[in-house]
Amino acid sequence: MSTINLKINGKSVEVEEGMTILDAAKKIGVKIPTLCHHEDLCIAGNCRVCVVELKGKDKLEASCALPAQDGMEVLTNTPKVRNARKDIISLLVSEHNTQCTTCYRSTNCELQDLSAEYNIDVERYLSVLKPNIKVDKSSWSIEKDDSKCVRCQRCVRTCAELQHVNALTVSGKGHGMKISTFLDLPFNEVVCTNCGQCVTHCPTGALTERRYFDDVWEAIGDPTKHVVMNTAPSVRVALGEMLGFPVGTRVTGKMVTAMKEMGADSVLDTDFSADLTIIEEGHELLTRLKGALVDGDKSIQLPMITSCSPGWVKFIEHMYPDHLGHLSTCKSPQQMFGALTKTYYAEKKGVDPKDIVSVAIMPCAAKKFEANRPEMRDSGYQDIDAGLTTRELGFMIKQFGLDFENLEDGKYDSIMGDSSGAGVIFGATGGVMEAALRTAYEVITGRPVPFDNLNITPVRGLEGVKEAAILIEDCLPEWSFLNGVELKVAVAHGLKNARTIMDQIAAGESPYHFIEIMACPGGCIGGGGQPIPTNDEIRKKRIAAIYAEDESMAIRKSHENPEIIQVYEEFLEKPLGHKSHELLHTKYRKRNRY
Amino acid sequence: MAEIKELVENLTEKYGNKRENLIPVLRGVVEKYNFISDETMVEVARQFDLSAADVYGTASFYAFLDTEVRGKHIIRVCKSITCDMKGKNKILAALENELKIKLGETTQDKMFSLIETNCIGLCNHGPAMLINCNPFTELTPEKVHNIISDFRTREKKC
Amino acid sequence: MILEHVKKNVNMTNKELKKVDIIFSPYSVEPYEILKRTMSKNKSDVINELIESGLKGRGGAGFLTGMKWKFMAETEGDEKYVICNADEGEPGTFKDRKLLVEVPRKVFSGMAIAGWATNSKHGVLYLRAEYLYLVEDLKKEIKIFDEYAKKFRLDFSISIFLGAGAYVCGEETALIESMEGKRGEPRNKPPFPIQNGYLGKPTLVNNVETFATTSMVCRYGAEEYKKFGTSDQRGSKLFSISGDSPKEGVHELELGMSIQDFVEEYGDGDTKAVQIGGVAGFCVPRKNFKTTIIGEGNTTGGATMIFNSTRSMYNVLHNYLDFFAEESCGQCTPCRVGTQQLLKGIEAVKNGEKEPEYLDQLIKLSETMKVSSKCGLGQSVANSFASIVLNFKEEMIY
Repeated sequence: MSTINLKINGKSVEVEEGMTILDAAKKIGVKIPTLCHHEDLCIAGNCRVCVVELKGKDKLEASCALPAQDGMEVLTNTPKVRNARKDIISLLVSEHNTQCTTCYRSTNCELQDLSAEYNIDVERYLSVLKPNIKVDKSSWSIEKDDSKCVRCQRCVRTCAELQHVNALTVSGKGHGMKISTFLDLPFNEVVCTNCGQCVTHCPTGALTERRYFDDVWEAIGDPTKHVVMNTAPSVRVALGEMLGFPVGTRVTGKMVTAMKEMGADSVLDTDFSADLTIIEEGHELLTRLKGALVDGDKSIQLPMITSCSPGWVKFIEHMYPDHLGHLSTCKSPQQMFGALTKTYYAEKKGVDPKDIVSVAIMPCAAKKFEANRPEMRDSGYQDIDAGLTTRELGFMIKQFGLDFENLEDGKYDSIMGDSSGAGVIFGATGGVMEAALRTAYEVITGRPVPFDNLNITPVRGLEGVKEAAILIEDCLPEWSFLNGVELKVAVAHGLKNARTIMDQIAAGESPYHFIEIMACPGGCIGGGGQPIPTNDEIRKKRIAAIYAEDESMAIRKSHENPEIIQVYEEFLEKPLGHKSHELLHTKYRKRNRY
Repeated sequence: MAEIKELVENLTEKYGNKRENLIPVLRGVVEKYNFISDETMVEVARQFDLSAADVYGTASFYAFLDTEVRGKHIIRVCKSITCDMKGKNKILAALENELKIKLGETTQDKMFSLIETNCIGLCNHGPAMLINCNPFTELTPEKVHNIISDFRTREKKC
Repeated sequence: MILEHVKKNVNMTNKELKKVDIIFSPYSVEPYEILKRTMSKNKSDVINELIESGLKGRGGAGFLTGMKWKFMAETEGDEKYVICNADEGEPGTFKDRKLLVEVPRKVFSGMAIAGWATNSKHGVLYLRAEYLYLVEDLKKEIKIFDEYAKKFRLDFSISIFLGAGAYVCGEETALIESMEGKRGEPRNKPPFPIQNGYLGKPTLVNNVETFATTSMVCRYGAEEYKKFGTSDQRGSKLFSISGDSPKEGVHELELGMSIQDFVEEYGDGDTKAVQIGGVAGFCVPRKNFKTTIIGEGNTTGGATMIFNSTRSMYNVLHNYLDFFAEESCGQCTPCRVGTQQLLKGIEAVKNGEKEPEYLDQLIKLSETMKVSSKCGLGQSVANSFASIVLNFKEEMIY
């Protein structure tokens, strides 16, 4: 690989061939403003905010797109560049809804930052914002406001490159050019998985999550309502980013205290039901393996695939409706939690389930849709009343005026507040797989997984598709049919990789027994409801925090969680038993492909 | 509809179903139906293994790949400056009068659509227009009347 | 020799203006004879001859054709494409249509010579949707070409790709995008089409007139060709003339004349302004006719529109800006929003909503568009905007 030598603002810098001027500038700490550029995505070069001057050339060049060449002399702050930047940002503002005061992304908006940095005068040009733009609130999960769109196409590229869903496109041209769905239909009428990756990649408030925190405030303020909040693993390693902490800080204790101070009647942990999912799903897998390997039952579909990611579930329902039999029938931890809250918890605590408002705090946009799926009412009521994102919780904490930094660490309430390290790692890609193996292996052999400190590293990390194989030997007598079986597993994150896995299955070429699929790159820690921005560096830090939290816990296997043992003894009886099937398992439906 | 499915299948057989064959296939649809309906876009998406949004986004970029309902004879009047100088507005008015529709609309019997288009390369013979792919030049309100009458007569015959 | 064709033309009212008849003159030899004779030469000699002739692209971008062919010849590739850009969308241009109707064989010869010289097997005629009515006859001509190519053992085939109605697809990378079945949004350059073009393969894109002219340069040689034009703009050019002119049509003229001479020959006696290079070009007011040379400091697409004193330059500019705002692909900010701002801006000044000084701000905006837009469309709006606003300011205000 040859190197290129160029100068930026007079300073020399050497980069690998193929790197852009922007890469070179980053290397020596020269900041060039960008907008359509995003580390996760291919180069666009369309916003023109990053233009710079090349000595001797009349036209400015987009630094994010132009490859560095030997001898180039780049100037990033000449009057010509500054005037162009100011004009370009002014143009963006002129086609923008400038009511920042009421915008959800105010104080975390890239256009707002650029505007402030360049001291833009909103009166400089006439407004060319189209009148009467309606906000699309049709979806449970995502909201689209075209009046705030800067047409950077990051959402289109995300939905295409990262997720391979292609729900969004650019339509029309010239002054009619806009970001659309198919026929510009409302979100709930098109093929969209609700993963919310478009939301986390949008620089402004054009794409946001549907917000329900006002409803939650009302419930909290209503003395007749018993508000139960549960938090996903990924929230505790990212919430801090909304409240002044560096990326990757674990704020579990403060988060629990904050929610109690805000007035929740009970603050519980979704990790509890993550552990529950492992028990149910682990046994489901073993049942399928027995059926396939011992009974020769051809109707058993292997590989079995996890079903806790609602974005992934909707994806397979639309794209591979003939292969729904591969999905585990287990609900997601959120939905298991909801079903148990209004039955088991209500019973134990002596609360009338009709007075319970169950609120789930999730790193996810699709969970809002999931909570409202018509079949999610096994408790006799809507199992989860509201799904809030990590971002919304951050908002609520700020609204309540809490001095979050200085809160004491609190503890989750019982009886669904205890968790194991296996439950926590659900947040990282590979976490569900690892948690499942920690339990399944021990159930089958009576021994813990043969990995140092229970850390099954082959399934960890940001590689798109990860594989591992575990040889099962010396099983306990009842599992002897698995002796000598090499259990092959795979882990995929990001719907692009889900497609790879499914195409293999559809072709009949899948070598695996069990697969974990998460809709979002990085797993839930990179979810559509997590603090913005997201990129691989941030994902890695959040993942590190997840595994640190796991190692810090006394109990690291789902089946050792005392509250899990309790719920089976006192309520569910046994895994895959009658009560479990009633409350903790679900069905899927075929959806339209186009 | 079975008809649409058949047409799209035939077109993909003729031109191919890789991305680079998309525009010829869409043109084929327009040739038959004058525009590309929602259903047709879905069918094309199916054949090409693209999302419907992708097909829509591509079609909506091009002026001759209408995604709006159009009539059998699409009249495109050139609005370039020299045609404008030669009396394009009179021609438009004559057409609106003749067809009893306004610019941008389609006649009730779905026979004619009237739209404006940018320079069609007949600047020295303006004012000019295309009806589907056929050029008509040096237009006058009288000529326009004769042209439309011609079309109407031919339609009756078929 | 070409000179004979020049002497033939009489009825000239102005001696400085030189009409020539290179492109449309009938073949003095057998069909595709030029192709056959050229193929008997050495490939790099032919390319050097083309460079020597100084011929520049005739579509408006004005790049040295020979150099483009040289880079293409030097680029390795098993699949290489030669594309003839017949998208001719520039308002006021219609010369390519005439070329395709009257001398398609010269166009195909040029393409074939390019294919042969650069070792490219695939030729594509990218024909705009608005010229669909030319296809039947062109297909017949292609059949004839195929026979001759076979006879000459030339591995080069020509197919037609029909456009679908987008001015921006005249830009070479947008053209390639549309051939790939996508929206016609121009790409980032570099890489250039010769390095990474259609489906990632080396691709040479030239205008119809460029290809026709290259076959003439091969016929007569660089030295003969250099006798016409100036040292900066060699040869002759087809001008599509329309508007307030009694002699509308395609006229082939030597490059280097002043607009004054041009207007005296082609105007109606009352010419106020001449638009050279289509709406992406410059508007020259009467006071500058004597001092402006066509082809020097301005564009050479050849679309020339003549306006007499009855025309409102405000209407003219409004028409142009409306066109740009509609035809912009929309991807880059300066062009998508800038064109709308310029259009709305002149309307606001005209109806008093904005003071006349606002025009100066708009000129500055058009400058920003010139230096920061992603492609030639956004970059050239400033040409007509500035030239009309500065030279006809009063008409913008009152």
